[in-house]
Amino acid sequence: MEQMKRENPDVVSSMVYGQTYERRNITLLKIGLSSTGRKKAIWMDCGIHAREWIAPAFCQYFVREILRTYKTDTKVNEMMKNLDFYITPVLNVDGYIYSWHNESTRLWRKSRSPGTGGCTCYGTDLNRNFYANWGMVGVSTDCCSQTYCGTKALSESEAWAVTDMLGKMREDILAFLTIHSYGQLILVPYGHPNISAPNYDELMEVGLGAATAIKAVHGMDYTVGTSPDVLYANSGSSRDFARLIGIPLSFTFELRDKGKHGFELPEDQIQPTCEEAYAGAHHIITYAHDKVFYSYAVTVTATLWTTLLAAWVSSAILL
Amino acid sequence: MTTGVLNPSHYPARRAATVVQHYLNTRYGSPYRWIFLSKVHSGSAEDVAEMRKYQLELTMQETISNVSGQCSAELLFPGGEGQSAPQVQASCEGLLQSNTTAQEEAFYQQHRASNNMVSGTDIPDSYGHMEPNMKPFWHLGGVASSFIMLRESNESTLYNMAQVANFTQLETEKDQLRFNYHVLLHEMISQEIIHWKLLVTWSPEQGVKVLQSELQPKCHDCEAPPNTTN
Repeated sequence: MEQMKRENPDVVSSMVYGQTYERRNITLLKIGLSSTGRKKAIWMDCGIHAREWIAPAFCQYFVREILRTYKTDTKVNEMMKNLDFYITPVLNVDGYIYSWHNESTRLWRKSRSPGTGGCTCYGTDLNRNFYANWGMVGVSTDCCSQTYCGTKALSESEAWAVTDMLGKMREDILAFLTIHSYGQLILVPYGHPNISAPNYDELMEVGLGAATAIKAVHGMDYTVGTSPDVLYANSGSSRDFARLIGIPLSFTFELRDKGKHGFELPEDQIQPTCEEAYAGAHHIITYAHDKVFYSYAVTVTATLWTTLLAAWVSSAILL
Repeated sequence: MTTGVLNPSHYPARRAATVVQHYLNTRYGSPYRWIFLSKVHSGSAEDVAEMRKYQLELTMQETISNVSGQCSAELLFPGGEGQSAPQVQASCEGLLQSNTTAQEEAFYQQHRASNNMVSGTDIPDSYGHMEPNMKPFWHLGGVASSFIMLRESNESTLYNMAQVANFTQLETEKDQLRFNYHVLLHEMISQEIIHWKLLVTWSPEQGVKVLQSELQPKCHDCEAPPNTTN
């Protein structure tokens, strides 16, 4: 992250927006061409689950790719002008570092906060800890479980940090992407089977467009749907929280593979996975961007024509 | 429970299809043949007495040769309180086309004499890497795991083998290669990693068999088993 800031000082800055249980900084990179006014934003976070190593790899790839192309690619340039990208390469820093210790810790998932009330196991599932139908479905109340949702919503400082940032920025965020593995899925809100997002049709259309873009890169199939439809019901996810506070386009990406390697994706699949995921993310971000910046232009243009027409008609009558 | 025509991209069809995958590996898997679900085309589910019956049309892929085949399958998930395994019937066209005879025979001959017992750990390792000579043992671990994954599957589970933690070759007995395997299974719905110790045998004629299996405790200082609310 330091290197990205050093090499691109005019477009990259970093921000520490919280602390993990073990008091490590949670840092994001803010990337965009500077402007005087308040800008719209895209949020992406990776590594909320420690063992999903391909996710932080993708965040890094995404950062590198937009920095590599924004000067020459007109669309990326336009989006860098109009938007700021807020990218958190690793959200669950404690868990991620723990999963790198040795082979026996590789498959750690949760945070590293200790259990309470006599339960001796560690960790809360950060993606069950958000204030979004917290504790309702697809969770465990056993602190030893991989889907333990915590003693209460936002018991975990990592989930609180994201909640706090999103709360401050919510009017500006056009799209929220949270990156996981594995399964090759694009999940739309909500995780609860009985609750539908108001813009479900739009979410599905954009998600399916992203899956098409992904498939065009290396032929991989990504399935699109709500979590209860294509995977399992769950509550307290960051994706659901983002949608609930009004961010219209909120997606979970589950990257490669489909179970053969699972979490332990081989090195030679990192590049192709990142390439296809980038195409998917790019599709969603472009849609989010154009929805705001092109429909505005359409509205302005229509108003202008109407005004001109009215002026012509009135002048014609006068003649 | 979903009944009637199933959406092929929704989880009920995919979970059932994965059970078929495990079944096919128990029947046809080997150190050189490992089968994975490629696509669900269509499916249906119905209640039959106390049981749940699925019918599926699938594409399966043999992952070493990349040969694909179309399969029709029928599964019965038992109802009631018992923990019995699902029953599967499947017929596939074109899936077993790859000729693995030569490789299997060479592997068998190489390892059947007792003078050089092979063993390995962490396959794949944390970086998804393994030495080329460990690959057949990885496939064998995956196939052996399929016996357990098949037996343990129900409509609320989705199993994959996450890793071979270790394996050790034992003395060849009755012309079967024999191994102790310690495998880690990933169960997707609970997200748990489940440890199993397996006694595995294999020969080109007899295929893969699991003679003994033992569930390993989750961790020494953990208390009650996980209790998932649905």
